[in-house]
This record gives sequence, C-alpha cells and structure tokens, in this order.
Amino acid sequence: MLSITTFVIVTVIKIVIALVVLLTAVAYSTWLERKVVGHIQNRWGPQRVGPFGLLQPLCDGAKFILKEDLTPPYVDKPLYLAAPILSLVLALTSIALVPIGGWITVSGVHTPLEITDVNIGLLIILGITSLSVYGVALAGWSSNSKYSLLGSLRASAQMVSYEIALGLSLVGVLIMSGSLNLRGIVDAQGGHMAFWIPRWNIFRWPTQIVAFFVYLTAAFAETNRVPFDLPEAETELVAGYHTEYSSMKFAMFFMAEYANMITVASIATLLFLGGWHGPLFGPGWLQAILPVFWFVLKVFCFIFLYIWIRGTLPRFRYDQLMGFGWKVLFPIAVANVLATSLIVALQK
Amino acid sequence: MLELVLFFVFGTIAVGAAINLLAQRHPINSALSLIVVMASLAALFLLMGAEFLAAIQVIVYAGAIMVLFVFVIMLLNAGEEERTPGSRVAMLLGFPAVVLLAGLVAWTLLARNPHPVPVDLAGRFLGSPAAIAQLLFRDFLLPFEITSILILIAIMGAVVLASPAGTTTGSGSPDQPPARREE
Repeated sequence: MLSITTFVIVTVIKIVIALVVLLTAVAYSTWLERKVVGHIQNRWGPQRVGPFGLLQPLCDGAKFILKEDLTPPYVDKPLYLAAPILSLVLALTSIALVPIGGWITVSGVHTPLEITDVNIGLLIILGITSLSVYGVALAGWSSNSKYSLLGSLRASAQMVSYEIALGLSLVGVLIMSGSLNLRGIVDAQGGHMAFWIPRWNIFRWPTQIVAFFVYLTAAFAETNRVPFDLPEAETELVAGYHTEYSSMKFAMFFMAEYANMITVASIATLLFLGGWHGPLFGPGWLQAILPVFWFVLKVFCFIFLYIWIRGTLPRFRYDQLMGFGWKVLFPIAVANVLATSLIVALQK
Repeated sequence: MLELVLFFVFGTIAVGAAINLLAQRHPINSALSLIVVMASLAALFLLMGAEFLAAIQVIVYAGAIMVLFVFVIMLLNAGEEERTPGSRVAMLLGFPAVVLLAGLVAWTLLARNPHPVPVDLAGRFLGSPAAIAQLLFRDFLLPFEITSILILIAIMGAVVLASPAGTTTGSGSPDQPPARREE
C-alpha cells in the first residue's frame, strides 16, 4: 500500500505523461491521416514543414491558437462554450482507465501502467462514451444554425443507435473472461493455444471474430468516421455540428474526435487482441518495454485502418446507416451473445 | 472523513441541480440539470461502494434516457416557457403541504426505526456486478423476467401508437423518408 503523498505524486506524474502522450498521438494522427490519405489519392500530403512534413501538427496547433475566436450572434452562450469543453474532457477522461502494460517498479514504487485500475473499468469507459453525445448535441443546438442542428441530430441518433451494437458486441468477451476489469480481461488472454496461435479473445471462438467486426463497425459509427461520417458530411452540411465553431473551440472538437478514436482502438486492442501480450525476447530492459510496444503497435494498426477506410469507402446514405445499425449489426450482436453464452455454458 | 466531504459535495450538487431544474425557464436547461442530478447520484452510489449501480446510472439514465429527452427538445425546437404568476392557493397551501409531508415521512421513519444506522460511506456495500447478478438471476429471477415482459409490452404499445394510421401491423418502415408518406 502506498502512502497518500506517494500515491498523489505517482498519480500526477502518470496523468501528465498520459496527457502529453495522448495529445502528441492525437496531433500526429492528423499528420498520419493527411499523409496516408494523400498517398492513397496520389498526392504527397504535407511535406513543406520539417522532414516529411513532420512539424505540420505544430503549425496547425499554432494556427488554431492564433485564429480569431468568433462567437456568432444569437448563440446560446453558456451551452455554446460548454459543448467543446465537455467533448474534450470526456474524451480525455476515458483514457485514464486504459491499461497499456503490466506493473512496473520505479525506485521502490510498484504501480500499474495506467492512471487508475478500476474493477468495472469497461463499464465506466462505456458510461463516459455514452455521455459524449451531449457535447455533439449541445454544440449543434446552441449554435442556432440549421447545418449545425441537422448535423448534431444525425450524430446523436447515430451514436445512440450504434452504442447498443457496440455494447452488445463486447458482452461475449465479458462472458468468456468473467470480469469487467480491463486488466483482468487482458491477463486472461496470455499464453497461446495449439499451433502457437495466441490466446487472444478474437481467436478463441469463431463467434468472437464476428463480435470483433461488429465492434469495429459500431466503433467507426461512434467516432463519426467515414463511412459513417454523416454528421459532418461536408457536401451537404458544411461541417456538421461544429460549423459555427472556430479557433481553439473547433480544435477542441477535433482533438476530442481523434482522442475518441484512440480510446476506441485501445478498447478493441484490450478486449479482442490480447492487449499488451506479444512475443517477449531479449535482455531485461527490452522485455520491460516490449509489452507497451505491442500495445502501441496494435493501436497504431487500428488508427491506420481508420485512415485507410477513410481513403477507400464512400459515405452511407442516412436511412442505410440507420437500417444497417438496427437491422444488421444489432441482431448479429445479440446472436453472438447467445452463441457465446451457449458455448461457455456447454464447456462447464 | 473524505467520504463525508465528498458526500456533502455531491449531495449539494444533486439538490442544487434539482432546484435549478425547476427554476430554469428553458426546457433544455432543465434537462441538463436533470443530467447533473443523475451524475451526482451516480457519484453518491459510488461512495457507498455500489460501483455497478453507479455505472449503470450513468449509462442508462444520463447516457440513454436523457439523450432522448434532449433529442426531443431539440427536434421540437421548444422555446422558453412563459412565466405565469401562479395561483395563490398553491402558494398558500403548497408549501405548508410540502413541509407537512416531509415531516410526516421523517416522523414515520423515525418512529419505525428509533435508532437509525448511518449509511456506510466507506464503500463496504455489496454492490459488485457479481453480487447484483446473483440477486437478479438467481434469487429474483421470476420478478426480473416478468419486468422484462412488461417492458416488452410497453415497447409494443409504443410501436402500435406511433405507427401511422392504417399500418398498425408495424410493417411500415420507420426510417422511410417523410416525403413518401405524404403521397
């Protein structure tokens, strides 16, 4: 047990590290996105600022800070200000519950590689995600603009609908591991099965592959990414719910979107892809770093997939989107819950 | 000690937001106050160690039901309420009645249980997901299943009421564009 002072110091250090890493990751996700989409479309992407355009996110950040902060007339001021703050705060909070590796001991302090380890970590993350609808809904409503309102109505309807499929697709994993603790779920996926196949949840039962793809699809919709980016469909809605926002307030929505992408990718990694488990080799210091490396690599693959799909797929039509969520994803997720419970029950 | 401080902080927020819910004139502000009430109640549950209940409170009430409230308010574009002076009878009888009712409830509770045990704020309440699952799916399985059937009936009733006249079988797709319905 740590003393109160040590606990506070360790937690503050972890929060600062997590925030810096997360915000850097957010900034460079935008760089990666522009670069990869550029290459997919046979362009170069950013390449003027620094080698390979690597300093571009810094310039973008400076630009956001220096831009004039316009508040349109006839907006509902308190809610107009609260919406981007709410979005960003909720997006940054959920990362506090994501474990990125095992335990480490630094100068006598034994601590897990996450900000806090909660018994019901997954439920709390789902709760925080379900609250993030308000940022979008309030932004659209308080802006007093038809494009914003339409965008936010679409976004809230879409997020509420796909949240059900998203939650249900995770139930199978929870039944198999019998825990809501993210660390416990990952620990249950260590080792390997026959033919050196890792014991990751996605490989354990064929039903989990289905669940994984349901989760992946619902996660794309939850984060309002292509092909489910109707809330921001620029050809019809200008920019959707954040049309009336400028400068740092717009940047906050932008950062929240990418932070949500990273959280959603982390959950997929933890629940389906064995978290930080991966081959360990080499000297002691390398074995200490490798788990974090595997975790980051898996999350990176997801981010790349996001960008890849954005460069490849066209946008759904709105009724297709709703029909797909309720008539395809939802029944599949329910069937998966039934099948997984049956398998687990028969095994006992 | 810290539990007590947190209890008063979240209790004050809950009561303040509840009063704000009544005082606000715009429906969306009232709905948002209700969300704050829900969230601080969740924090109070968490203080007692009912972690599962706290998470469900946020997911179901703040994250799902209140989203629908806000959604409807946004769709209807409800404006500010008009303030009426209110009836004098309500002023004269209402407040004494509230005090009377609160006193009656408090008196009944104290008369029944003269030595109330304070709620354990240190989080030793049995509220883990496993404990709640034991209660729901073993001890109270029948009431649980009956409740779910009741909810199903309510949903079916809502579908029948909401479907346009003549298509009570529910075959009409709800996501049909409204333009087609006007034909």
